[in-house]
Amino acid sequence: MMELLAFGDTGWGDELLISAVMTILVSTSSLFLGLIIGTIFASFKLSSSYILKFIAETYTTVIRGVPELLVIYLLFFGGSSALMYVASIFGHNGYLELSPFTIGTIAVGAISGAYSTEVIRGAILAVPKGQFEAANTLGMSKYSMFFKIIFPQVARIALPGIGNVWQVTLKDTALISVTGLVEIMRQSRVAAGSTHEPFIFYAVAIVLYLIITSFSSKLFNRAESRFSKGFVREDI
Amino acid sequence: MRFELMYESFFKIIKGIPLTLEVVFLSTILGLFFAIIVALMRVSKNKFISNPAYYFIYGIRGTPLLLQLYFIYYGIGQFSVVRESFLWVLFKEPYFCGILTLTLSTAAYSAEIIRGGMQSVGPGYIEAGSSLGMSKMLRLRKIILPITIRQALPAYGNEIILMVKASSLISIVTLMEITGIARTIISKTYAPVEIFIVAGSIYLLINFIVTRLIKFAENRLNQGQA
Repeated sequence: MMELLAFGDTGWGDELLISAVMTILVSTSSLFLGLIIGTIFASFKLSSSYILKFIAETYTTVIRGVPELLVIYLLFFGGSSALMYVASIFGHNGYLELSPFTIGTIAVGAISGAYSTEVIRGAILAVPKGQFEAANTLGMSKYSMFFKIIFPQVARIALPGIGNVWQVTLKDTALISVTGLVEIMRQSRVAAGSTHEPFIFYAVAIVLYLIITSFSSKLFNRAESRFSKGFVREDI
Repeated sequence: MRFELMYESFFKIIKGIPLTLEVVFLSTILGLFFAIIVALMRVSKNKFISNPAYYFIYGIRGTPLLLQLYFIYYGIGQFSVVRESFLWVLFKEPYFCGILTLTLSTAAYSAEIIRGGMQSVGPGYIEAGSSLGMSKMLRLRKIILPITIRQALPAYGNEIILMVKASSLISIVTLMEITGIARTIISKTYAPVEIFIVAGSIYLLINFIVTRLIKFAENRLNQGQA
């Protein structure tokens, strides 16, 4: 077993470790893309425009009601042609292809974004109305009201929810192994296939995921207590 | 938009609905049964009973479902002990492995939901039960479970929707349910958007019906509640 997991040319140890880094990279970039999407659509949902509300509502309903795998197939098979179509509008006619990393990030980011939308929307609603009014009374501009008053509070309230979104996002990245991106899932499949030792390699993959999830939940807990400094819990 | 293709593929894709529903139904029912056992183990004061439940939930919730499926389908079948025993009849079938994986997964997630519901039962209810001379089992049956069901139902409804979505993964081990058929059509016709709309709408419809059913059950159970 040790030979199989050795580093270097003889074993799969280094390959698996690199694939774990890839999983972390693609999960992180998907989470951030999702947070950007989530912030935009949360503001749509809270706006007074019916059209914006409808767009945001459709997006979250579709993503949350359709299997992740279908979304990934949509972008995997349709991503490049969509890109070429957009490029042709700007006068570029040629073959373009998105890298598996980009497709994976966009697909998982779009999925993660729907969940982030709800988390961020809830967090914005949880900021007491008086905070907005106080900022207005002080004559703050919309910009500084957002960055100095609203954002820090939203970040604190949303953090536990974002922690959950992170766990879901991390696990969803296993699905983009179908597009050929060499992350943990793909690498363990390749190793299992070429050595005929699926049990060991899938067991190692399970351990790798558990290490990442445990470590990141510790990180989120620490961030939560940092952000909640000076804030007394009133409930419970 | 190729509407004719959408029309044709609609009739192909709906052939996958029975398999999707069957897999979801079987694994949700079996999973709920296990979830109740796991939740009861988890709240036990005995460490030897609660720890296995804790690690089971931890392991399932910390790893992707696809990996669990591969581990069960390819990993367990690797051993000649399994291959030569009666178990092989089961483990060589993608259908069995798919249902087993989904059952274990929903058991872990639902156990946490049920545990949350159980812990919301106020101590006064349990004390009232014991002062009436009710046995532990009777209290569980007549007091704790009914309140738990009412508390946990909204979250459990979400879990069923996640199961409908998760069932799409069994297409990767060659089972031709909705997503499996959709994928085959996409790779033949190269019309991802059209097929996504058709297959996606079917899933949305199924999930819409699930939501309605749960809402209906919630209303019924909350009758007489202030």
